[in-house]
Amino acid sequence: MTMPARLPPPKRKNPLARTRLPASPGQGRSRVAQGLTLAAAHGRFMLQRCEDCGTVQYPPREACATCLSPRLPWRSLDGAGELIARTTIRYGQEIYFRERPPFPVGLVRLDCGPSLVVALHGDCGAAPARVRVGLALDKAGQGLVIALPEKDTPNMADDPLIRETTSDPKFRKVLVTDAKTAVGRTAVEAFLAAGADHVWAGFAEPWKPSAHLAHLQTQDKATLVPLDVTDEGSVRELAGRIGGKVDILVNTAEFHRVSTIARQGTETARAEMEVNYFGLLRLAQAFGPALKARAADGEASATAWVNLLSVYAFANLPAQGTFCASKAAALSLAQALRAELQPSGIRVVNVFPGPIDDEWNQLLPPPKVAAAGLANAIVDALRDGVEDVYPGDVAQEWLARWRDNPKALERELSL
Amino acid sequence: MSVLNSFIGELTAGKIRVVDLTQTLSPEFPQISLPPEMGQAWPFRIEEVSRYDERGPAWYWNNFSCGEHTGTHFDAPIHWVSGKDLPNNATDSIPPQRFIGPGCVLDCSREAAADADFLLTVKWIKGWEKKHGRIPPRAWVLMRTDWSKRSADPVGYQNYDETGQHTPGPDTDAVKFLVGERDLLGFGTESIGTDAGQAQHLRPPYPCHYYMHGAGRYGLQCLTSLDQLPPTGAVVVAAPLKIRNGSGSPLRVLALMESK
Repeated sequence: MTMPARLPPPKRKNPLARTRLPASPGQGRSRVAQGLTLAAAHGRFMLQRCEDCGTVQYPPREACATCLSPRLPWRSLDGAGELIARTTIRYGQEIYFRERPPFPVGLVRLDCGPSLVVALHGDCGAAPARVRVGLALDKAGQGLVIALPEKDTPNMADDPLIRETTSDPKFRKVLVTDAKTAVGRTAVEAFLAAGADHVWAGFAEPWKPSAHLAHLQTQDKATLVPLDVTDEGSVRELAGRIGGKVDILVNTAEFHRVSTIARQGTETARAEMEVNYFGLLRLAQAFGPALKARAADGEASATAWVNLLSVYAFANLPAQGTFCASKAAALSLAQALRAELQPSGIRVVNVFPGPIDDEWNQLLPPPKVAAAGLANAIVDALRDGVEDVYPGDVAQEWLARWRDNPKALERELSL
Repeated sequence: MSVLNSFIGELTAGKIRVVDLTQTLSPEFPQISLPPEMGQAWPFRIEEVSRYDERGPAWYWNNFSCGEHTGTHFDAPIHWVSGKDLPNNATDSIPPQRFIGPGCVLDCSREAAADADFLLTVKWIKGWEKKHGRIPPRAWVLMRTDWSKRSADPVGYQNYDETGQHTPGPDTDAVKFLVGERDLLGFGTESIGTDAGQAQHLRPPYPCHYYMHGAGRYGLQCLTSLDQLPPTGAVVVAAPLKIRNGSGSPLRVLALMESK
C-alpha cells in the first residue's frame, strides 16, 4: 500500500507564470445519469435497482439490463466491493486530464452486483483489495464514481482525487462575510481548526459592540475586515483588497427578524431582502469573477462559495413569513450563481439549517441548531464535497416532509 | 443700494464667509439605531445607475436611498408625538422664512470632552448670556461639543456601551427655558440626536424632542464645523427637502458670517 506523505503547504505562486485556467473534466450526461449527480450532491451512494428482478444497474439506464423493466428507482446502497484490476491513465484526450498527473483507475465488483470503472484513491493498494465505492462531484459538477480504501488511512483527505472532488479548507484562505454573530464567529473558528491558511472575518456597523468580534481579535490567523453587504461600495472595496486571495467565500450575513405579513409596512421585509438577497447579489458581482479566474490556481486554488440559507426557503413558515421569502429569493439566486460558477469548477454549497438558536427564535421550542454545530456542518460539507446540506433534526424532518408532500408541509407550517 | 444688492456685493467681495455645517452623506456615516425589534431608518446607500458605460454611455449618475433622519438632518415638529397636531408642522408646510435665523453657538466642547454624558443646563446658558448677551428670539441655538470631530471614527462617534449611547445634549429644564423664555427657532447638535445619548432616562424621555417639537420648534443634528462660528453674529440657513408630510430630511446647513 502506498502511504501518501502528508500534503505539504503549497509553495508560493510564481508571479511571472500565467495563472492556469480551469479546464473542465466533464461532458454532458444523460438525464438518467444525472441520478449520480443528485446522489453525489447530497453525499450518498445510490444506484438504480430494478423493482421487478432486483438487479442493481450500472451505468444508469432506462430499462433493466436483466429483465427490461422500466421500473428502476434510485436506492441508497452499500458501496462495499472488491477491486479486481487497476491501471494508471497516463495520457488522455481531455485537456483536464492531460494537465494532471497520472490518474489511477480500477475495476470494482460491488457486493450488491454490478462492476464499475472507478477513480481510485491513492491508498486503495494493489488488486485484489476490498474497497468502499462512493460518489463524488467532479469539477464539472457531475457525479463521479470513486473508490476509497476499505479503512481510513492517515492523511487520506490529502489525496489528489479527494482534493479535486472536495473543497477542503486546509491551506485555503476563507472569507466569512459576517463574523459578528455566533454562527459567524464559530465558522471562523471552525475554519481555523480545519487548517485554513487564513480567515477574514467581516463585520458591519462597527459601532455596535460585539462580543464575538472581540473574541476573534485574539485569533492569530483571523483578520477582521469591514464588510457591509448592504453597501455596494463596502463590498467592492473589500473585493479590491482581498478578492484575489479568497479561496472559499462563506456568506453568513443574515438579517433575521420575526416579521409577518400583518406587520405594517415593508421596512423589515426590505431590510431582510437587502442583506439576504441583494447582499448575496453584491457579493457575487464583486467576488465571483476573481474566484472563477483562480479556480485552477495551484494546490490551494479558489474552490467554493457557501450560502447560509434556511430550510424555510423551500416552504414558508408564516410566523417568519418575510424572512423565509428573502431566503427563497436567495436560494433562487444561489442556483443562478451555481450555474455561473460551474464552468470554472467553483462549487456552490447551500446550507439549509432548521431554526438557529438565536435571539429571534427565542420562543421556538427545541431542537434548534446551535451555532457551533452549524459551523461544523459547513466545514464538513466542504470536506465531503457535497452541494446541499440540511443541518439539524428539524431541517431533516421538514425536508423529508417537503419531498413527501409539499402541500401537506404548507398546511402544517401554517398551523 | 438695496439690502440684497449689498449682501451680494459683500459675498462676492469675500467679506461674507459661507461655512458649511454639513457632514458628507456617505454609507459609512453612522445612522441612528433603535432597538432591533423596532422599525429602523434606512442608512444612506448609493449605487451607480451608469458611469459612461453600457448602462448609459455619456453620463454618470447614482440612485441613493436613506431615511428622513440620515446624516446632517432637520427634525420637523411632526416628528414627535407632542407636535403631531400642530399647524405647519411638516417639512412641506413650515413657512420658508423660518429656515433662516441668527445663530447662537454655545461652546460646550470642554465639558463634552470631560464628560460624554454632559447635559446643558439653564445655569450654563445664563452664564453664556452674561458673556455674549441674551439669546434673541427666533434664533438657531447650536450646542457646540466638537463631537463632529469624532465622525471619522464611527465607534467613537456613536459611543455605545451596554447601557446605550453616551453623547451630550440638553437637560429638561434647559429645553423648557430655551422654548419658553427665549423663543428659539430650533436647537442643533453635533451628535446623532438633539437629545443626549442617555435621554431616554430623563423626564420626560427625550425632552428636547418632546418640548421642542411640542412647541413647533425644529431640530438639527449631526452638524459640523461649529468651531468656525462666532458665539453670535452668524446667520444660519437650514432648509429641508420639501417632502410632503415629511418628519425631517437630510439637508445642507449653511452659516453666513462676516469676515474679520
